Amino acid sequence: MTAVSLQSAAAPAGLNEDALEAAQRAERNWMMAICSPSLILVGIIIFVPVGWLFWLSLFDAQGALTAGNYLRLLEQPSYFKTLMMTFKVSVIVTVVCLALGYPLAYLLSQLPRRTAGILMISVILPFWTSVLVRTYAWLVILQRRGLVNDWLMSLGIIDEPLQLAHNFTGVIVGMSHVMLPFLVLPLYASMKAIDRDYLRAGLNLGASPTKTFWQVFFPLSLPGLSAGVVLTFVLCLGFFVTPALMGGGNVFMWSMRIEQTSRLYSNWGAASAMGVVLLVLTLGILWAFYKLLGTRNLLARGLR
Amino acid sequence: MKAVDRSPPVTIRGIAKRYGNTTVLHGFDLDVNPGEFVTLLGPSGSGKTTILMILAGFVRPNAGSIKVGEEEIVAMPPHKRNVGMVFQNYALFPHMDVFQNVAFPLRQRGVGAAEIASRVREALGLVQLGEYAERRVDQLSGGQRQRVALARAIVFEPRILLMDEPLSALDKKLRERMQIEIRHLHERLGMTTIYVTHDQREAITMSDRVAVMNAGRIAQLDTPKGLYARPRTRFVAEFIGESNFLPVELDGAAVKFGGQPLRMAETIGPSAPKQWLVIRPEKLSILNGHADPTLNQFQGRVREVVYQGESFICYVTLADGSEISVRNYSRGDALTRLPEAGQPIRLGLSPEDVVLVPEDSVA
Amino acid sequence: MSDGLQIPISHRNRLWLYLLCGIVMLLLVAPSLIIIPMSFSDSEFLEFPPPAWSLRWYQRFLESVEWRDAAVVSLKAAIATMCLATPLGTAAAYALHAGQFRFATLVQTILAVPLIIPVILIGIGDFFLYAWLGMNNTIFGLVLAHTVLAIPLVSLTVASGLKSYDMNQEMVARSLGASRLKAFLVITVPQIRFSIVSGALFAFITSFDEAVIALFISGGENSTLTRRMFNALRDQVDPTIASISTFLVCLSILMLLLAQFFGQRRSH
Repeated sequence: MTAVSLQSAAAPAGLNEDALEAAQRAERNWMMAICSPSLILVGIIIFVPVGWLFWLSLFDAQGALTAGNYLRLLEQPSYFKTLMMTFKVSVIVTVVCLALGYPLAYLLSQLPRRTAGILMISVILPFWTSVLVRTYAWLVILQRRGLVNDWLMSLGIIDEPLQLAHNFTGVIVGMSHVMLPFLVLPLYASMKAIDRDYLRAGLNLGASPTKTFWQVFFPLSLPGLSAGVVLTFVLCLGFFVTPALMGGGNVFMWSMRIEQTSRLYSNWGAASAMGVVLLVLTLGILWAFYKLLGTRNLLARGLR
Repeated sequence: MKAVDRSPPVTIRGIAKRYGNTTVLHGFDLDVNPGEFVTLLGPSGSGKTTILMILAGFVRPNAGSIKVGEEEIVAMPPHKRNVGMVFQNYALFPHMDVFQNVAFPLRQRGVGAAEIASRVREALGLVQLGEYAERRVDQLSGGQRQRVALARAIVFEPRILLMDEPLSALDKKLRERMQIEIRHLHERLGMTTIYVTHDQREAITMSDRVAVMNAGRIAQLDTPKGLYARPRTRFVAEFIGESNFLPVELDGAAVKFGGQPLRMAETIGPSAPKQWLVIRPEKLSILNGHADPTLNQFQGRVREVVYQGESFICYVTLADGSEISVRNYSRGDALTRLPEAGQPIRLGLSPEDVVLVPEDSVA
Repeated sequence: MSDGLQIPISHRNRLWLYLLCGIVMLLLVAPSLIIIPMSFSDSEFLEFPPPAWSLRWYQRFLESVEWRDAAVVSLKAAIATMCLATPLGTAAAYALHAGQFRFATLVQTILAVPLIIPVILIGIGDFFLYAWLGMNNTIFGLVLAHTVLAIPLVSLTVASGLKSYDMNQEMVARSLGASRLKAFLVITVPQIRFSIVSGALFAFITSFDEAVIALFISGGENSTLTRRMFNALRDQVDPTIASISTFLVCLSILMLLLAQFFGQRRSH
């Protein structure tokens, strides 16, 4: 056999290359095909309507193209107040969840698998329970003639029932209850991934248990922590059910205003504009976090 | 870094550890001399890592005492023990760079910044990583991480050094190089070192003495040469190096194999009636023509020959049906004229190489 | 072989942690569970412990045509959602796991969108769309929307099940002559069935519990249970809702137990 140059220009570049390429493409197409029903549904149910909302926000009640819907948001101070209230509630709820959720996630991650699994049910059960039911439960517990007030009064601690529901406090309590699993679960997952040997090394090298926690464990838990915090905050921004039922007219969140504008006033232009603002805020925060995570990725990779 | 010339001895007495109904360690005793390099060698489940964890303070024993020098440390929390430890997966802090990792123990001890800098560089220099202080952990190779872990473990001049299979994640060539480097480091620093491994070759290469462990007990504590040449139990003989076992009978003062008395260099007199003759494959010579009459001789037939590059191994069936393997290294024309399957063969064993072990139980 | 916490920190030093976490866990489950005994309370204010026990709130629920119909609507929608979302979500998870195709990341992102977009926007957006298509207040429209919410959850559940599954088994089956689909159905599905079932249960409960979208697009005869509850709660705290809530909580607990039960039996 004569020596064949690897770069022979006359012969095809490889045996069966076209057929193999075709088979590869067919496989890829099949994979896309079985994803497509899901993708189409998501397209119809989410992308089209949201796109439409964006479209609607550009038109006024008479159908003329306008930036008025957005300008109104800037001009009328009530919108700013609503936005501030939304941020205020979201920040406070996130902080509460952080304060309660970090220790819980930490404890669960340090316990043996089986015990942690059983205790985890306390975090997962709320997840599987309707927001409506949980909000209602808090209403019943916190209302003027509810559990908390009855017990406090019977113990003689207070004379008059405290106003705990249908106000700011009620909203914070209710929303924290709903959001806590969203913070605990990703945080737990990332804490679980922290190798025990790091902590042992810290102790062995002379750091007391407390110092080891702050200098070794806590920094390594930050990626999971920030993910949980961002998720919680973003969910709070758009949250509707709990503030609507627990607010008692005192707490007015952005999502409630969207609902009111569309339902009561049928002002679709305004409602859509508000919806777009919410969407931009949500996506913006997530995107900013994703960008930040890029530099943090080195740390996350180091965990492996 | 000055040599730790007064590295203390370690005295371990009666360490027992139970998990529920399972006993992992049965009253473990060990004396480590000052500056000695002792290896705990054994299969997984033998308890060797548990001992190390107890020494470091991460596992509390049910009973026992551990003295470093005169100080009793068995109840001391791990962060006060002042022992250096290298973990199996290095456990380098990923959120710190190399310098910060090595500086960590010094910071805990309140050492000043200038002194930290000089001691860290010295430690990194000892492991030949002087240029790597600014690197991040994920930029290092496995071997480099291993050396940073070493530097971190010695920078604060601990009294003793513990190593938990630190080379098991490295490939063969790198492992062999690191074994020698660790040995050199030990000679330079003179720190009492306790090393854990399941690799018998590694133990033999690096250690002053080796404690072979089996099921929570020490089967034999000896120098590498002692373990290899004079194993005291079947387990040790099987674990260290390659070995053949031939059944022998005691007949009065004589030891017989296949009816023939064996010539032995010493009168080893184990009391149990059933004994095994341990023969290392490379101790057998293939005899041609007249042989030295002082050698023990075995007749047999070649079953299979396997060429392995630097040596060949020959599987022989002896007259009484026992199977035995012979390993010959390339010397002269030994490899150009390999025995053939089916041919009769005579093997010789010097009296010095006759080793007997009792029917197995942990010594 | 685990020595408990694996790091020698005494339980005494951690007492405050145990206490705090105990309180938090209690606060997480107590509200949902306390509704159950309270729903049997005789008085309008649902005292606890109830001075008198009665089933009047359950009677009110069962005697009311609207509540019964709403329950049926929710049930129908949830079952349909489960049946639709499970195969779609499983298919997507499989494709992302097994196939190597260029747009994998894009598909993953698109499938994650329903979890990221504020639900209220989906609600009013769909209201518009359905108004134009004439699909408002239909179970069909509701099911489509709920399916979109459930698909990412099913997909995530099945994906985690696939991670601990050895795909080589499928390839072995194919080398022995089975077509790709057959190999998937006969070899893979039985082994990841526990993840699939968990995903299905998750889809069911997601649809049944869903409140926001239902508020906008389910109405009239096809109002869901959650929509009626929301409207009732807006006006005043009607104690009938306690009995409905009990029913929902028990349903959640049941679904969770089933999912845990199936999830535990995962073979490694």
